[in-house]
Amino acid sequence: MGERQYDLTDANGVYSNTRTVKHPKPEKSYGKIIGRYAGSTLVYVILIIYFLLIAYPLFWMVVNSLRDSNDIITNSWGLPDKLLFKNYATAWESGIARYFLNSVIVTGITCLLTILFSALAAYAFARFQFKGKNALLIFCIGGLMLAPQVSLIPLYKLMQSLNLYDTYWALILPYVAYRIPFILLLIRSYFLGIPREISESAYLDGCNNFQIFTKIFLPLSKPVLMTAAVLTGYFAWNEFMFAIVFISNDELKTVPAGLMQFRDALQTDWGSLLAGLTISALPIVLLFLFAQKYFIRGLSNGGLKG
Amino acid sequence: MTSHRKWLPFVYLAPVLVILVLFVYYPIFSNVYYSFFDWGSFSNTMHFTGLSNFINLFKDSVFFTALKNNIYYAIISEIILVGGGLVLAAILEDKLVRRYATFLRTIYFLPVLISITVIALLFEFFYNPQTGLLNKLLESIGLDGLTRAWLGNGDTAIFAVIAMSQWQSLGYVAMLFIISIQKIPSELYEAARIDGAGKVKQFFHITVPQVKEMAFVATIMTLTQAFTVFNEPYILTGGGPGHSSEVLTTYLYHSAFNEDAMGYASAIATVILAITLIISVVQLKVFRSGEGD
Repeated sequence: MGERQYDLTDANGVYSNTRTVKHPKPEKSYGKIIGRYAGSTLVYVILIIYFLLIAYPLFWMVVNSLRDSNDIITNSWGLPDKLLFKNYATAWESGIARYFLNSVIVTGITCLLTILFSALAAYAFARFQFKGKNALLIFCIGGLMLAPQVSLIPLYKLMQSLNLYDTYWALILPYVAYRIPFILLLIRSYFLGIPREISESAYLDGCNNFQIFTKIFLPLSKPVLMTAAVLTGYFAWNEFMFAIVFISNDELKTVPAGLMQFRDALQTDWGSLLAGLTISALPIVLLFLFAQKYFIRGLSNGGLKG
Repeated sequence: MTSHRKWLPFVYLAPVLVILVLFVYYPIFSNVYYSFFDWGSFSNTMHFTGLSNFINLFKDSVFFTALKNNIYYAIISEIILVGGGLVLAAILEDKLVRRYATFLRTIYFLPVLISITVIALLFEFFYNPQTGLLNKLLESIGLDGLTRAWLGNGDTAIFAVIAMSQWQSLGYVAMLFIISIQKIPSELYEAARIDGAGKVKQFFHITVPQVKEMAFVATIMTLTQAFTVFNEPYILTGGGPGHSSEVLTTYLYHSAFNEDAMGYASAIATVILAITLIISVVQLKVFRSGEGD
């Protein structure tokens, strides 16, 4: 979506460029040309420096994940003499595999429940008229204003009294709860755009309300559901604070929490630690490269973070 | 078409309502309640102590250090993320760099995609006083005098933490502005060019007013994040050395899980709640007045 708009300005930009050449003010043009060169040089310098600032640390992480600890310490800028892929095997076996599995389970169930529950509620808000509808909508999206950090202690207590502490549910349930307000809002606005005629003809064909939801609304909303999945997945994969507080059993830790353990376990084996960091960074980066448009759509609908 | 069964919409709403009540609203209210008690996680009794947790909090110098660090976080993030993000977005959308824009946007966005734990553990390497790249870089360009233990020094620890947050989030805010800039009709820029307006003038007279709304959203988001930040200081410094890089959330964590002062920690959380609610109210007020005109 972003790309298309981008091309549009491209076409216009070329056109307007020729216009500027036609209308120069002679007495200013010389200074302007110099100014433009200085300006564009400055722009390139900024972009290149910022590029190095972002790309080099990530490059350094990947390169050094293939090196020996001693080499990293004695020559931090150097390139590997030979590639030590065994660092990746060490990292994988020192816990990363387990954390990965946990993260996949937690993220998967979180996405599924968040989208299912939000879509059901969005359907109620988009399709029915009922008493207290506005108040309930405000109640549902009011959660957007509440920071999860504030409920850390009560949730900790609640998880213990519900016997959920140290289970996957201790993470899944709060994740779902804190993602619902935004995802519900996102799906609802999409549902509101589905023409009434479509569901009315399905109703005449004998579909009941729930079938209209499963057979009409859900299939028609695939793009927004994908966006919701990407946004929820991003959140659940990276969440840290609940992950370190509600789970103490190392066997159940997700990647962000597990990495803290992993660091302590691999104190001096820097190469393997960096290999572990690289593996952990990969899934969301790959997801972004393949599902970029859903990320961008999510961003333009109000965000990824927070 | 409308259903005769009044309860039907509530069936669809039920799961969401139950989850929100149980895991969002109940904890928020009980946190405020807990902050009037003295209690620990290992004892079953809670002693009502009225406002004493709050009174102690306002006598506690660590609390004020934490609050001050959150304010530093807010000021620096507003300048770098919102100001810098807008400039970066405008540059990336300029036709001068169009050929590289897609590539650069992707690279600049990469840190946003990487878990903060990964980034923080990576930055630990860079900030390492003996072997870290930052000190080595300073040495290699002859600035040996500036080298220091960035995270081990009380004067620099919080700024080293804040710097890492900026590194991670700038691409995110810039992307928000890019989306917003792409919606500006190109005729506006054409007209300005015909009138002889330069790039800088176009930026201030067209881009800035046109992305005003997004700038406001980004400002509020950045502010909220600055007062609720936890991961970066927790992983890099744990609030140290000597509480110098503590922020409200890390002090909350420390009080709750290291000192077992649960009531005191709840009071800190209540202060965070108050701050975030004030920000939200301001947001709603401005948003409403914006709709009016």
